[in-house]
Amino acid sequence: MDEPTDALDGVTQPKHHGTSGETSAAYRRDGQQPDAAEQLPGSQGGPVDQHLVVVGGGMVAHRLVEALRDRDADGAWRVTVLAEEPRAPYDRVALTSYFSGRNAEDLSLGQPELWEDPRVRLVRDTTVTAIDRAARTVTARRNDTDHVTSYGYDALVLATGSSAAVPPVEGTDLPGVFVYRTVDDVAALRGWVEERAARWKRPVRGAVVGGGLLGLEAAGALQALGAQSTVIQFGPRLMPLQVDEGGGEALRRLINATGVAVRLNTSTTALRPGRDGAVRRMDFANGGRLDVDVVVLATGVRPRDELARAAGLPVGQRGGVVVDEACRTEDPAVWAVGEVACIDGSCIGLVAPGYAMAEVVVDRLLGGAAVFPGADTATKLKLAGVDVASFGDAFAATPGALELVHADPVAGIYTKIVLSDDASTLLGGVLVGDASAYASLRPMLGRRLEGDPGAYILPEGAGSAGRPQTALPDDAAVCSCNNVTAGTVRAAVTEHGCTDLGAVKACTRAGTSCGSCLPLVKKLVTTELEKSGVTVSTALCEHFDLSRAQLFDAVRVSGLRTFSEILARHGRQDLPAAARGCDICKPVVGSILGSLGAGHVLDGENATLQDTNDHVMANLQKDGSYSVVPRMPGGEVTPEGLIVVGEVARDFGLYTKITGGQRIDMFGARLEQLPAIWRRLVDAGFESGHAYGKSLRTVKSCVGSTWCRFGVQDSVALAVELELRYRGLRSPHKIKLGVSGCARECAEARAKDVGVIATDKGWNVYVGGNGGFTPRHAQLLAEDLDTETLVRTIDRFLMYYVRTADRLQRTAPWIEDVEGGLDGVRAVVMDDSLGIAADLDAAMAAHVENYTDEWRATLDDPEKLARFASFVNAPTTPDPSLAYVPERGQVRPATAAERAQHSAARADGPGGVSEPRAGAVLVAGTTLEVRR
Amino acid sequence: MSAVVLGTSGRTAWTAVCHVADLVPERGAAALVGGEQVAVVRLVDGTVLAVQNLDPFSGAHVLSRGIVGSRGDAPTLASPMYKQVFDLRTGECLDPVGREPVAGGATLRTWPVRVEGGLVLVGTPLAAARADA
Ligand SMILES: Cc1cc2nc3c(=O)[nH]c(=O)nc-3n(C[C@H](O)[C@H](O)[C@H](O)COP(=O)(O)OP(=O)(O)OC[C@H]3O[C@@H](n4cnc5c(N)ncnc54)[C@H](O)[C@@H]3O)c2cc1C
Ligand code: SF4
Ligand code: FES
Repeated sequence: MDEPTDALDGVTQPKHHGTSGETSAAYRRDGQQPDAAEQLPGSQGGPVDQHLVVVGGGMVAHRLVEALRDRDADGAWRVTVLAEEPRAPYDRVALTSYFSGRNAEDLSLGQPELWEDPRVRLVRDTTVTAIDRAARTVTARRNDTDHVTSYGYDALVLATGSSAAVPPVEGTDLPGVFVYRTVDDVAALRGWVEERAARWKRPVRGAVVGGGLLGLEAAGALQALGAQSTVIQFGPRLMPLQVDEGGGEALRRLINATGVAVRLNTSTTALRPGRDGAVRRMDFANGGRLDVDVVVLATGVRPRDELARAAGLPVGQRGGVVVDEACRTEDPAVWAVGEVACIDGSCIGLVAPGYAMAEVVVDRLLGGAAVFPGADTATKLKLAGVDVASFGDAFAATPGALELVHADPVAGIYTKIVLSDDASTLLGGVLVGDASAYASLRPMLGRRLEGDPGAYILPEGAGSAGRPQTALPDDAAVCSCNNVTAGTVRAAVTEHGCTDLGAVKACTRAGTSCGSCLPLVKKLVTTELEKSGVTVSTALCEHFDLSRAQLFDAVRVSGLRTFSEILARHGRQDLPAAARGCDICKPVVGSILGSLGAGHVLDGENATLQDTNDHVMANLQKDGSYSVVPRMPGGEVTPEGLIVVGEVARDFGLYTKITGGQRIDMFGARLEQLPAIWRRLVDAGFESGHAYGKSLRTVKSCVGSTWCRFGVQDSVALAVELELRYRGLRSPHKIKLGVSGCARECAEARAKDVGVIATDKGWNVYVGGNGGFTPRHAQLLAEDLDTETLVRTIDRFLMYYVRTADRLQRTAPWIEDVEGGLDGVRAVVMDDSLGIAADLDAAMAAHVENYTDEWRATLDDPEKLARFASFVNAPTTPDPSLAYVPERGQVRPATAAERAQHSAARADGPGGVSEPRAGAVLVAGTTLEVRR
Repeated sequence: MSAVVLGTSGRTAWTAVCHVADLVPERGAAALVGGEQVAVVRLVDGTVLAVQNLDPFSGAHVLSRGIVGSRGDAPTLASPMYKQVFDLRTGECLDPVGREPVAGGATLRTWPVRVEGGLVLVGTPLAAARADA
């Protein structure tokens, strides 16, 4: 078998031009959608209402349509996208995350509204079969119905990408042999592995042919599916296109360390079937064999240039539609972008150059003169636990180039940078085992490195000076996925008023694809904010200059336990004598004291720190009444418990609803009723659910292995254990956990701050999932933990978050803020990189030890009960303004209109309590209609 | 303690609503004064102030349950509903948090308060004072 072309890197190393400002200038988006009705006829690009047909609905097609809709303010173009796959364009780069995310929607790209735009038409499940260049039409066939349609075009863009190459080896068509390119491919692969695992009740044996970026990713994916995995590499090292010999050896060891076996210098000659006809054995040229149940082919890609060939357009020597620097083919009406385009003599198997081509074509269609700026072939392997990156002239092919190498075989680190002959200009680099310098080095490509270049390849923190702080020039590309320059990021702050990383991401798109540039983007944003004096003031409010994290540490160290002392000691020095804190800093101090285990929430002066929810331990509703939520750990509740809850709700006339956190919420309780309600609940064995606090809410669980046919672990037992462990833990924002008993993920644990998913070998733990305003999926923190390690891991994660997050910062943005992001969190939590693990463990142990039920403690204390008086001079008189109307068998607060109508009716009627007028509603307090 | 009209001084009727010791410093309490809901707040220096309990931004009677604090020199009360901040002395809304009032104007009505013999007295203009309160 031939040396395979690496799937991700196309055919040859394209040449570098750095990144020109010419196209990137056009990349900024202002997010404004022109109103179709108001568009003026095309002032920019030729005749009005031209029709653009895009063949292929992949990543680059998506970017092209998006960019066109952003920039075609005059509505000169209508677009039709003819896509062979049955789904809207998705994030192929993140394909492997399909195994952890479980569903294809997680891979969606950009805003779904794009496909509802009236000037955009996406035709799925439809393959273009021919181009008639003379007539300017394409012929397309619906894959499900075989229905054939013809589409006329004014401009045609080929964005057909590549297909996975299948090596000329016997047996590649056997069942159990897969390629790795589309969602359907990975879905089929997963189905096969799961089916085999279930049938044979033993680990499935997997092999990947090809040891490039894609092969390694696939090997990791097989492993994630619970299969054993062996990488078969034809050549003498892994990732031969990105990594040199020294790095190759370090990489092999890292891969081995993840449990993936590697066979180098091994050429596969045949795949042989077993008795069931599925693949069973691999034969190698050296006489070796390997028993397998599943094989993934990752030996390279072939550009899908068949349409162009048939239409007589020139193709490259090794395939690909030949285009010029404007991405135009020989036919001025036909363009090609993405992996199918052969530009500067080669096809490029990376998404960033494809995006750049899409922008170029859009610019040209609108009358611009953009040219392809040259490809950024920097790559970073996306495989958990294996940090590998390569960029620029990684092999020091430039004449006179110097190589600077740091190798630490014990630590598994190999880092190298390539410099120009005068040792000043950065030409490229290879980073294996520690790619932390990648984000800051990559944009410096082709530029002078300030300071001692050696400092970049030493591990971070080594040496006294540390890494030089590089001042990036404005035109340096920071995010290559989205082609965003340092200048654009800076302008987002200085000109567009972005004040945090999230806003800058939304404004510029930097960091929204692979995420590898985020540390750098963040640094730029912070520097810029500081410079512009908008100061990233982390000051809490006018009373404290400290951030929440700083205040937390200060209070922990000073040991102060009352607000007055804390304000006097840690507050601003120039405060007026009358300064007493505010609704910002008081709850923060309350939460900090709560986290530090400083007694009951209602004690002493600290009773004034909390908003009403924490103060009366219930959730304020819109009319001033409260809702009550007893804890039901893991969503488990006995029939007796349910009956008590039902009786309480009925007797107090409360509206009941099941919450998303698998428990029951009772609404409409008046302040003065809360103790009586809780007396009944506590007597029945319930305790506070902390639904009111910035604290642990619930641990949601599926039913798990005790009942479920598919469960592999007891998810409910774990959820109960976790909920009882973390109940009452005060935190910067509410926290939610979830536990699923198998990979089917019925508990939706990955939407939680901490999600636990059972595996055959233990538990996988995911962190940083958030619902709410900006939903996020949790990311994998660690795999196959036993229960003890799992609990310790969650202990540390939560405590670290509690201590260092900002006020009201949820876990996802917090992780982004931690130095090193998720990897940084992992280092602290799993490897104790800051040496604080013992401290975190002790803090959590103290929390667990000191937990008491706030409601029980309150009911036992007459002084605290006094605070539930409705009126200080009429403690049991209900708030006369409360009014309710029946709806679907329960009550709800009356609307303003209903109240007005009622008072009018009352004024008319005899004696006040009248039958309301026709059409009027009954208005009553919650308990008026029910037995007490 | 129920409301008692304690006496009139000048043109104001004074209603005793509670003992000053019943009020936790910086934790408001609601009181019924002449049929109206009043939020009564005792500051750390012993001053007692009274504003309407009706939150103009939500229409609910909840201001007594907000957080007491300060902005500059002004003692403040923050609505527990949508977090608007009011000057306790004048009732002025210092920070509408980008919202519009739904019930009356943004400025709170205030009541004069006296502390006499350990009792907290809330004053109502005589014409509005009702003996049956
Ligand atoms: C597992 C994996 C991991 C990757 N990781 C990275 C990475 O980390 N970094 C990186 O830069 N790149 C990565 N890549 C490569 C990246 O995904 C591609 O470079 C990118 O998707 C190319 O986009 P495209 O639009 O040119 O082609 P595609 O995304 O392949 O889209 C082409 C689409 O056109 C359709 N099509 C083809 N012919 C026709 C026809 N005749 N009619 C209608 N439709 C047609 C195809 O079905 C396909 O949907 C990865 C790829 C894979 C598979
Ligand atoms: S996640 Fe698995 S164990 Fe839990 S209910 Fe779903 S299928 Fe069953
Ligand atoms: S470089 Fe990939 S998101 Fe920025």
